Amino acid sequence: MGTNTFTKTKGLSLGLLLVVFVFLAVLPTLTQGYLTVLLTDILKFVILTVGWMMFAGPTGYISLATGAFYGLGFYMAAVFNGPLPFAVVIIIAGVAAFVVALLVGALTLRLRAAYFCIFTFALVLLIQSVVMEVERIVTQTRGRFVETETIEAAYWAMFIVAVATLLAAYLIRRSRHGLALQSIGEYEEAAAHSGINIVRTKIVTFAVGSLFMGMAGAIIATRRAYIDPGIAFSMNNTFLPVLMAMFGGMTNLIGPVIGAAVFTYIGEILLTRFPDLYMLIFGVVLILAIVFMPNGIVGLVQDVWRKLRGGRRAPA
Amino acid sequence: MVIFRDIIVTGLLLGGIYALVSVGLSLQYGVARVLNISHGEFIMVGAFITYTLFVSSANINPLISLVIAGIFTFIIGWILHTTLFRRLMDTSPTIEAFEGKSMLASFGLYYVVQNLGRIIWGSENRGFVFLNRTVTAAQIPLNRLVSLGVVIVIAIAFYFFLSHTRMGKAIRAAIQDRSTAGLMGVNIHGVLAICFALGLGLAGVAGSLISTILAIQTSMGLSYLVIAMIVVVLGGLGSISGAMIGGVILGLVSALVTYFQPSMTMIAYYVIFILLLLVRPKGIMGR
Repeated sequence: MGTNTFTKTKGLSLGLLLVVFVFLAVLPTLTQGYLTVLLTDILKFVILTVGWMMFAGPTGYISLATGAFYGLGFYMAAVFNGPLPFAVVIIIAGVAAFVVALLVGALTLRLRAAYFCIFTFALVLLIQSVVMEVERIVTQTRGRFVETETIEAAYWAMFIVAVATLLAAYLIRRSRHGLALQSIGEYEEAAAHSGINIVRTKIVTFAVGSLFMGMAGAIIATRRAYIDPGIAFSMNNTFLPVLMAMFGGMTNLIGPVIGAAVFTYIGEILLTRFPDLYMLIFGVVLILAIVFMPNGIVGLVQDVWRKLRGGRRAPA
Repeated sequence: MVIFRDIIVTGLLLGGIYALVSVGLSLQYGVARVLNISHGEFIMVGAFITYTLFVSSANINPLISLVIAGIFTFIIGWILHTTLFRRLMDTSPTIEAFEGKSMLASFGLYYVVQNLGRIIWGSENRGFVFLNRTVTAAQIPLNRLVSLGVVIVIAIAFYFFLSHTRMGKAIRAAIQDRSTAGLMGVNIHGVLAICFALGLGLAGVAGSLISTILAIQTSMGLSYLVIAMIVVVLGGLGSISGAMIGGVILGLVSALVTYFQPSMTMIAYYVIFILLLLVRPKGIMGR
């Protein structure tokens, strides 16, 4: 492949990216109401999925605590929004999730992957009960009122965080840090012997991904007037991003975005009318994706594309 | 003192069921290397099979249905392993890759089984009355005592199965070193499928027992799964006797905390979990 075509395709995709970016940025001024809300939800899942994948993708460590960090941010918004400006609240939510993730990582990431997985699994239930206990003892309430924001403000905030998440994921992949992560995923012991501080690398990446999850939670919270720990902490916010990443494919950043968009939209159609059926379909798709599309829908498309082109070139 | 006696009795009765659930998960993870997220859902299936058979016109005794539920979930486990998980094992380059993939596949199963259950049985609380009397001075409910008896019988049978049969020996060999066991002529695929299926069978039996004691609902699986996961770490990943002991310990803790402040149980479990990871991550019986 000549350098000329390379720059051409690169320029084309950059241009396309710019068009999508501008379109999404001005969208709330063009339409109103439903589409903005739907896109906010899609962006929320893009953030959760990419945030999860930042760590799980290269290393293969499966975190099941997405819902915990999301819920933490959610609850932070209920506590701080109003007295403090919206932007500050989002940052506080991100920092809170970051700190909790650091602690969890420090505790579990020096052990085998299974410990990390099991520990994170019920973390959402743990943080939920801690918050409930604190509220019960300190404030003696069961829930809180949230200072709401307009749907446009929530959309723009979510858009900015989503762009930041994608940018962070992209930069981490391209950096020395990302290379270190990749080699940890391939062979942890060898990575340690080549001078990588494996525990620190893992913890930091896990915490950075969690930061964005907390921010997404804080933004969604401002769309409700009232929340309680039962609403804030939900297992679905853990499970759905995993499914979206598996469906979309984890080899690049387009996969999770496609996964998040497709499933949020299908969910929007099916969830209100057939919630059980919707989740059933989820399960079936997840199993089929793992068995038949190990690289997700993006990998599948790439395979088909390669076959159509003649398949002369060696696979990347 | 009466309080403590009651707490200990309740804890032991509860611990028996936790142990059963955890041994099942331990077999699946320790031998078949599937960290089965859908384990709790098969507890639900066992519970609802028992419930349905009991309230139907046949009015089948739960002690008979627990055999039916156990065999049913065992067969499902066998089918799942021979189709889904074996395929994943064959396509995974390393055992770590298989662990990741199989766990994610069990996620899918979690959704499928739970929502099938919800479509069939709805999402209300269900329950029925079985042996609702108390015995001895300690006022122990008879149904709890019976379920503890069943757990003990199963544990002893299981012990003899592992220590005195050829299949048990093969399983123990596979726990220690699966590839060498394979080289020694153990049919490793068969052993793994049996272990996975046995795990689900135990989940089904545990579900049956739970339905005789507590109210059941189709979302019940997750809470038992969380307990089983913590117990499996507490006992040592892959250790069957550890899972047994850990189950009883967690049952006692649960009874103690529930007596003083029920909303703190999850926090208490995690305090144990965190201490364990800090002090002895390999667990009580871990090697």
